[in-house]
Amino acid sequence: MSIGVMLVYGLLGLIVVITALGMLTSRNAVYSALFLVLNFATVAVLYMTLGAPFIALAQVSVYAGAIMVLFLFVIMLLGAEHITQRSTGRGHRVLSVLVAVALLAEAVIYILFRGAGVEMAALPSLPPDFASPAAIGQLLFSQFLLPFEITAVILLSAVIGAIYLTRRERQAAARTAAAEQPAEKPVEEPAEKTPIY
Amino acid sequence: MDAGMILEWVIKSVVMVLMLTGGFAYVTLFERKVIARIQVRVGPNRAGPQGVLQPIADAVKLIFKEELTPAGADKKIFILAPLITVLPALTVLAVVPLGPPLNLFGRTVNLFLTDINVGVLYIIAITSISVYGITLAGWSSNNKYAMLGGLRATAQMISYELALGLAIVGPVILAGSMSLVDIVDAQRPMWFAVLQPAGFVLYFIASLAEVNRAPFDMPEAEQELTAGYHSEYSGMKFALFFMAEYIKMIAVATIGATLFLGGYLGPFVDRFPILGPLYLVAKVVVWLFVMVWVRSALPRIRYDRLMALGWKVLFPLGLVNVLVTALIVVLVGG
Repeated sequence: MSIGVMLVYGLLGLIVVITALGMLTSRNAVYSALFLVLNFATVAVLYMTLGAPFIALAQVSVYAGAIMVLFLFVIMLLGAEHITQRSTGRGHRVLSVLVAVALLAEAVIYILFRGAGVEMAALPSLPPDFASPAAIGQLLFSQFLLPFEITAVILLSAVIGAIYLTRRERQAAARTAAAEQPAEKPVEEPAEKTPIY
Repeated sequence: MDAGMILEWVIKSVVMVLMLTGGFAYVTLFERKVIARIQVRVGPNRAGPQGVLQPIADAVKLIFKEELTPAGADKKIFILAPLITVLPALTVLAVVPLGPPLNLFGRTVNLFLTDINVGVLYIIAITSISVYGITLAGWSSNNKYAMLGGLRATAQMISYELALGLAIVGPVILAGSMSLVDIVDAQRPMWFAVLQPAGFVLYFIASLAEVNRAPFDMPEAEQELTAGYHSEYSGMKFALFFMAEYIKMIAVATIGATLFLGGYLGPFVDRFPILGPLYLVAKVVVWLFVMVWVRSALPRIRYDRLMALGWKVLFPLGLVNVLVTALIVVLVGG
């Protein structure tokens, strides 16, 4: 491995670790969310250097772009920026340290018994259409069709579930409003159906 | 990778950033002039002949303004937010070809920064990042109007990103590639605006909402929210938000012209490659004119109507458009 490659990976790895730690230790939930965004973006850069631009950009647009914005949204709307003392209890911290030590030990043992001495195999030269969107699409719709369809069904059911839950809440809210002022609001009318001018 | 290539990249990046910032200055003047003419006024005409030095005067004024940070603001994020807003706007055009390859100084120069096979996805990823600047600006200002403006902007941009993404899928299916260079090449027989009228209209509407332009400039509805997410910003920090808005206008116009109006293609462009960038600039100027025209002609839409339009009209329309396009491509055989 050349010095330049080592430097790039070292730097990216360092950023990934620092942002992950920042996310965990930050007292402000907004800062935590932003550290996580930076973490996702750096991991995306790692994917990019590994020759998988599709995964990298999907990572950015789905995780860093869409999901974390919603997290940020919820944090801001609830005003839950500052973590209360209660939620970072002693047991919590002990457990997280234990898990971290176990994972670290696993990595070290792996390197000691498997990685050491074994020269890393040179990467086979990649075919020109490696990780191109067309190649990924072909794989998704042939070899991995079943997992793909299962994911689609799971996501669809999650969407329907979310719609159902908010709908029931909204109807309940409308019903209580109607009970308070029976003459003014029809019971079944959702909030957005109010007449426009 | 030789030194000449790195030099070429650096030069192209600098040219692109300068072009966008210079373009920003003159788009503000263009907008003021066009709106003035539509409202039977003259517009800025004091600084220089026909007011051409007005943007410079504005810049000098903004630089010398006092910068305030409100009490109780989250200072780090307050400073970071304008930067997060501007950087995506400046980088998003890196994958757009501005013209056919040129022969300069004995080497072939491609008029794009990079041609990746996931160019369209790159654009979507970068636009999704640009949401953060606005949200954080609203949150860090410690001002309820700014906060509500920021939240509105975020909700609006997330909603319209979906329609925007679906509108872009049309040209991708027709060209059979996510690279913008290939998409432009595929438009040699006919512009995709002709083959994809629904996608074109969808892209135009969604892009207006994506860059928070009238009639979708809800985040800054003056009557309700003062200036929205940038209420508390002044001086150069405000100028950065201002800059991001106009650069994003240029960016969506350029991307739209590339995806739907044939990009740099035009008559004689193969014989005289230098015409390519000029055609693209002409298309972008027309697009910007329509955006300004819409702003001066249409009133602002109410917020719940805006969300309803995004989710109940544009999003299903985009899905149907993708389905029909894919079906036709399969039946005709691409």
